[in-house]
Order: sequence, then structure tokens, then C-alpha cells
Amino acid sequence: MKISRKAMLLAIALLGLHLIVLFAGFLAPYDTARQNRELPFAPPSHIHFVDAQGKVHFRPFVCMMVDRPDAFGEYLEDCHRSFPVYFLVRGAPYELFGFLKTDLHLFGVDAPAGIFLMGTDAYGRDVFSRFLYGGQLSLFTGLVATVLSLALGMLLGVLAGYYGGWCDAAVMRGAELFLALPWLYFLIAVRAFLPLSLGAKDAFLLLIALIGLVGWARPARLIRGVVLGSRERHYVLAARLFGGSDLYLMRRHILPDIYNILLTQAALLIPQYVLAEVTLSFLGLGVGEPTPSWGSMLSTLQQYSVLVSYWWMFLPGLVLVPVFCGYVLLASELQPGRRAAVA
Amino acid sequence: MRFLARRILHSIFLLLGISLLSFTFLQLAPGNFFDDMRLNPQISSDTLARLQKQYGLSRPFAGRYLSWVESGAKGDWGISFAYNVPVAPLIWSRARNTVLLSASAMLLSWMIALPIGILSAGTRYRWFDHAISATTSFLLVIPDLLLALGFLWLALRTHWFPAGGMESVKLSSADAGSFKDIALHLIAPLSVLVIGSLPVLFLHIRAAIIEAQQEPYIRSAQSHGISSMRILFRHALPSAAAPLTSLFGFSLASLLSASLLVEVVMNWPGLGPLLLEAILARDVYVVIGSVMFSALFLIGGMLVADFLLFAIDPRIRTQGLA
Repeated sequence: MKISRKAMLLAIALLGLHLIVLFAGFLAPYDTARQNRELPFAPPSHIHFVDAQGKVHFRPFVCMMVDRPDAFGEYLEDCHRSFPVYFLVRGAPYELFGFLKTDLHLFGVDAPAGIFLMGTDAYGRDVFSRFLYGGQLSLFTGLVATVLSLALGMLLGVLAGYYGGWCDAAVMRGAELFLALPWLYFLIAVRAFLPLSLGAKDAFLLLIALIGLVGWARPARLIRGVVLGSRERHYVLAARLFGGSDLYLMRRHILPDIYNILLTQAALLIPQYVLAEVTLSFLGLGVGEPTPSWGSMLSTLQQYSVLVSYWWMFLPGLVLVPVFCGYVLLASELQPGRRAAVA
Repeated sequence: MRFLARRILHSIFLLLGISLLSFTFLQLAPGNFFDDMRLNPQISSDTLARLQKQYGLSRPFAGRYLSWVESGAKGDWGISFAYNVPVAPLIWSRARNTVLLSASAMLLSWMIALPIGILSAGTRYRWFDHAISATTSFLLVIPDLLLALGFLWLALRTHWFPAGGMESVKLSSADAGSFKDIALHLIAPLSVLVIGSLPVLFLHIRAAIIEAQQEPYIRSAQSHGISSMRILFRHALPSAAAPLTSLFGFSLASLLSASLLVEVVMNWPGLGPLLLEAILARDVYVVIGSVMFSALFLIGGMLVADFLLFAIDPRIRTQGLA
């Protein structure tokens, strides 16, 4: 299997994105639950280089946000005092990768002012920090659910294709059942029969299991088709005549045929599953407050007043476009031709 | 005819299977509708037990399933705990809005995708094809959720078309509920669904026609000097029609999913908001009813595709004779 240069570059770009959200604790200036009740829906902070006297600073600075005296819910910058942006500062403690306890942040400003690269939400929480942490949940749900889905699909698809007979019939009838439902309806209905309010960790695991298990049917069908073909190859027959066991034949001769499909399917499924998480959380069926995910962050947009007034609340949704773009391009690179660009 | 009979039988078995599957999940579900009442000191545990018995919640799996099938046969499809009415009329009052939305989106997106797909495949690798392909690739990567929110934003900002709902408020406008009123409200959700499903349809249609054009008999037709227009419409399109009819069923599936989301975001009174409401209230028979209806709609769509296939593909029609 040859992977083209372009596919490699795309894969590296996507890997970089995942690394960014993995280092959320370090890159985010604030804790996701830290509220600034006096600053709800503050717009993104301006990063200044030139101060009120016209002097140019090499170290960028931000100004304090204060309420506009004549309007409710709007802010002015008070640049009487500048708050320089420092790098590698001590701040709120967090656990990198879930176990490295530290309080080092890439950047930050001194206390009374705040640096909000993407503004703040209804509780005055920093959207940028929540965006990074939310990406952890959204992106990794997609990733792990895809692995689960493909593992199950591969197991059942190979069994069905290789052994045929009643095994094949059972798996294929099951797959038809799963495919005969619009997947969002199915996903939501299964979610209906599970506990509604959960802790962040339970909700994360539940979402992975749910999204992964509901989606096994399509990859299983594809893999079965390929296995059906490769089972009949002459070299497989020859290996069988030499006394190769079923397990050996699968590992040595059948599985290499489906790696390419697995890779392409992964590139197609991951964005779909990320979207599934975003959708479920948006509808209030995924992770709840205060844990951020891109979906739950977008769900504030269900209020019309937020939708029209605060454009920065769209940012967690807008980032889905480049993510999808990367995965779709990767999929069409991995398998040029007809099915590639189409989910 | 044997083909069609087999497809219909198959669909019925699928529906039965889906109902069994949903009931199995239901059996695994923790808690029920009356759990919240348990916290209410004014409701005694005797009352609760009686309610649970009355609604058949304490019966074993097989009994519950059979009585549900029976009520399905009677046209009730179980009872809604929250509304205390049979599920079927409740769902139908919402489902027809979903059908209105999805069917018009389906029709419109095929009516747009088919001509531009044919044109694009016909003028392959020229500027029109490149422009259309680039546009659709761009649309492909925009999630439906974002599209829906974007259109809502546009509606609220510009007031070009109504934002959310299906009818104007009765008091504020005289023609609330009229055809024109509903058509205006249809603009935003319909646009989202059409834009969302267009790229996939277009890519499939273009690919199917291009594949058909590469067959040897097309080349022989070209060498006979038949005009390229005639080749496209008389020779390539009929052979591309078969894969496209099966695409019909699949496009319906993704459209229904997208429709659910759009309905919730845009407040369209369809199945989506009902389903969501029922889930939060643990109104399980409404959940099962909605799922069954979506499956019915989808399987019905696939059956229509099969019928079309039967009509246009002579190989299937003559299967029984050979």
C-alpha cells in the first residue's frame, strides 16, 4: 500500500490539530470553569502593540474591559493601564494528559485584566480555553468511536465474508437492520434509553460506545465484500492446501487486502463521528455543563439573541469546516476514484 | 413481479426487526416516566404502582412487546405517558410536517442535482465542470448544523424570510397557515436540506454518468458518428440510471437525519422536536413510534427506488422469466 505525499501532509496537519487540543491545558490561559460574572459575552480581546501615547511596545499588551456607561451589555477598552502579555506564566493548575500536574501556561496577563482570544460566553468563561478543551472531547470521541466501529465492523465483516453460510446471513441481516434507520434517529433513540445526566467521564465513554456501536454496519458490509473476493484468490487456496489454519490465512492473506479500506473508511468516519458528538451535545444529549465540547458550546446559539449578537460563539462550529476538509481530502487521496469523496 | 413481492416481504421483516430491536433497548433502559413522580410526596407509592401496572410497565418483555404489536395493528402504536393519548395520531400530526419538509427537499435537490450532474459529466474537465465541482466540494465540508445556524442568523439579521416555525403567529398576521405563509417558512429549512444533500447527490450522479460513458459500447457509438448529445441521453443515461435509483434510497436516509437536526434548530414542528421532547420526558412509546415512523418512511423510500429500478432496468424485469 502506497501513501502519496499529499496524503502524508494532510495526515500530519490533522495530527497537529489533535496535538494542539491534546496540549489544551498548556495552551489555554484559563480553567474552563472559571467564570467572570461581570464580563458576560465580552468580545475577543484586542492585542495592542501601540499604546495611547503612540509608543510602540515590542511586548504586546491588552486593556481592561469595562462596561460601556450608556449601553447595557456592551464593553469599552480602558487603556489607561496596559497589561502586557507574558509567556510561560504560572496560572490555574491543571493535569497535562490527565496525569502531569502543573500550572504552566503558554501565555497570560496579570490579574484584573483578562485575555480572551475568542471572547467570553454567558458566564464570562474564556471561549478559547473552552474551545481547546472541548476539542479534546469532540475530536477524540470521533477518533476512538471510529476505532471501535472499525474493529467491530472488521471482526463481523471478516467472519461473515470468510465463513459464509449462516454466519454471513446473520451478520448481513443485522447490518440491514442497522442501515434501515436514519442514523441520527437511531443514535438519538438509543441515547434515549440510557441515563440522561452523567458526569463528564461517563458521558465521554457513553458517547464513544454509542456512536461506535451504532455505526458498525457500513464498514462491515464493505469489508465482507472484499473478503469474499480475496477468499477465492488462488494463493489463498494454495495456502489452504498447504495446511494453513483459518487464523493464519486471515492474518497473512485476507487482512492485508482490507487495510486500505480500513484507512479510507477511517478518514470518512472520523469527521462523521465528530459531527455526531457535536450534534448530540448540541441537542443536550451528550456531555452537559460545565464540561465543554464543541457541540455543547454551540448549543448556546439556540437562543436567538445570542445567535444574532455574538459572532464569536460560532467559532467552535466554524473550525469543523477545516477539520472536515482535511479528512475529506485525505479520504479522496487514500482512495482516488468514485466512492472516495462521498460519504 | 417475484422481485417486487420479495422486496415488500423483506421490508415487512425489516420493520418487525427494527421494532424488536427498539424494544430490546427499551428493556435495557434504566428508569421510566414515573420515576420523577416518586420524588413527589403527594403521590403515594400505591398510586405509582397502580399507574405502572395500568400502563403495563411492570410486565415482562414478551408481553409488553406483543401488546404493543397488537396496539400497532389497531392503529394506536402504544400510548404516550406525557400526553395520555395514543401515539399514532400524535406522531402523525408531526410526521406530516417532516414528510412535507423532507419530500420537498428530496424533490428539489434531485431536480437541481440531476441537470447539473449531467451537464457537468457532459462537459467533463471544462470550466463549467470545474466550477461546479469546486463549489460542491466546498459545500460538502460544511456541516448541516452550521448551515442551519447560518441560515437562521441570516433570517434574523436580514428578515428576508421568516426564522423558525412553520406558520406565522395567528394574531399578528391574517394569512397564518395559508399556503403562502407555510411556503415562506419553508425557505430556510428547505435551503439547508437542499444545500446539505446536493453535493453528495451531484458527485454520485457525475461519477455514475462518467463511468457509463467509459463503456466500450459508448466508444463504438462515437465511432459510428452519433452526436455526443444523443450518446449522452440515449446511451449513457439509461445505464447510469440503475446505480442512481439505489442512491435515491440512501439519500433519503441522510436527508431524514439532517431533517431531524434542522427541525430542532429551526423550530419546525416535525418529528425531530417531538422525539427530543419524548426522550427528555422518558415517554418511551413516543420514542419508539418516532423511530418506527422514520424507518417506515425510509423503507418506503427504498421500496419506491426498487419499483423504479424494476421499471427502468429490463434485467430485473426479466429475472423471473429466465
